[in-house]
Amino acid sequence: MSKARLMQGNEACAEGALAAGVRFFGGYPITPSTEIAEGMAKLLPQVGGKFVQMEDEIASMGVVLGASLAGKKALTASSGPGISLKQELIGYAAAAEIPVVIVNVQRVGPSTGQPTAPSQGDVMQARWGTHGDHPMIALSPWSVREAFDTAVMAVNYSERFRTPVILLMDEIVGHLREKVELPSAEEIEVYPRRQPDKTRAEGYQPYAPAEDLVPNIADFGQGYHIHVTGLIHDETGFPVGSPKVTREAIDRMHKKIDIARDEITHVEEYCMEDAEYAVVAFGGTARTAYEAVLAAREKGIKVGMVRLVTIWPFADKAIKALAAKVKGILVAELNYGQIVGEVERAAAGQCPVELCAKYDMTIFEPEEILEGIEDLVAGGNK
Amino acid sequence: MRKQIRLSGSGGQGVITAAIIYAEAAVAEGKEAVQSQSYGPEARGGASKSEVIIDDGPIYHPHVKTPDVVLAMTQKAADKYYGDLHEDGILVLDTDLVPEPPAFKNIVRVPITKIAIEQVGKSLFANIVALGVLTKIIGLVDLETVKTAVSHRVPPHTIEANMKALQLGYDAVK
Repeated sequence: MSKARLMQGNEACAEGALAAGVRFFGGYPITPSTEIAEGMAKLLPQVGGKFVQMEDEIASMGVVLGASLAGKKALTASSGPGISLKQELIGYAAAAEIPVVIVNVQRVGPSTGQPTAPSQGDVMQARWGTHGDHPMIALSPWSVREAFDTAVMAVNYSERFRTPVILLMDEIVGHLREKVELPSAEEIEVYPRRQPDKTRAEGYQPYAPAEDLVPNIADFGQGYHIHVTGLIHDETGFPVGSPKVTREAIDRMHKKIDIARDEITHVEEYCMEDAEYAVVAFGGTARTAYEAVLAAREKGIKVGMVRLVTIWPFADKAIKALAAKVKGILVAELNYGQIVGEVERAAAGQCPVELCAKYDMTIFEPEEILEGIEDLVAGGNK
Repeated sequence: MRKQIRLSGSGGQGVITAAIIYAEAAVAEGKEAVQSQSYGPEARGGASKSEVIIDDGPIYHPHVKTPDVVLAMTQKAADKYYGDLHEDGILVLDTDLVPEPPAFKNIVRVPITKIAIEQVGKSLFANIVALGVLTKIIGLVDLETVKTAVSHRVPPHTIEANMKALQLGYDAVK
């Protein structure tokens, strides 16, 4: 029998997290993310993991941080209002350097919005939802298979950089079922939990950075004295109210991800070899954008697609190079216009950047993006 | 060849489950399939719609544009979802639940829910009767493959009744 089967995006996300070593899930159900919690509730007990349904989304975020500090790779999943509630503790995870993955299966907002309807309106919330200067990693899958793959990547990045990672899914992919063949355990690279590299006698400091600027913080229960705080702290983990320590702490928090930026910023190209124009899209919208690109090609328009898999850090280099190459860029996104600002910034005036936006509960039809491509081409020929 | 199918009704009739099973059967036969769904915030009694696209090649945009087959299990669903049918497409209606068929040239009326109640014993088998009807009309996936897919999805003690429902639906189409 073939390993191919019909699977839902949310289900694949749960499978991917499990394959990457997640052994704890804390959450509170909310459409359109609920199947992730259901999947984890079914899968975790089979591998000795724990599933806890908490009283609300804030507690769900707190409990996964606790589990992570105690040594378990941890996941939570939510949508819209739930993700808003989690923001304070997402910042805590960034400050205290606690690995954790937050899945956001986006729905129409603001507030309770449209509970079952698709949207990609949380792009900027993913980046700046919690206050203060902090780095962020966010990934966005376009297929059921990629929901699995990006879940693995999200867990790996959270562990490697000891930072919160947001898996920015959308309802299109979350609820979509399609044929998928998942990789075997041997085919998956798993980043293990970082371990303390010194003993207490050797002067171990939990927040002393390793060579890659990430600290090897011991888990609770490993026999080390660990102090965890959201206050700015030095290498001991205890708060220090000095300008120097503050500057160094915020610098390191950013630099640990900046130095690996090229490696974690994934972009996929389609029909770009001879392209004179490009559509930039991500997540479920890229599926429709790709059909629009194929339809435009049939009409003789030399257009390709650049798909952002990594949303944050933004693919500045790829977009800058793209803008130098093409006559115009169309950004298609299921919101009022968010990632388009980043594309404009990275394109830096090298070519026109136009927006194809939709925010009415329904997903794009290929014709709508095709029209955007045709307008872009017409504008370029004025 | 691409086939686009839309199953519609009200929440609780099981049209989404029927769509998933059909897509699973297509995948079991080595085809590409995507299944999507939309429903209101209310789970039961609200409008419910599921779409399946089957193809030999990759499927990107997941929504049906010009369906080849539309199943409607309520009058409201029939009125709302038949409009964009392909001109040679087929509109499948539950005879008793859609008393006023829309003006469309190719209509197949089957007393789906009545068959489920009177011959299988419960209205909750209506979605599997409908699946049998669709299997016959679409003709893309083998009945035996659909049977296997149904048996994998439903509770073991209901397999026999579901097989009966599937066959009755299949045979109801002349």
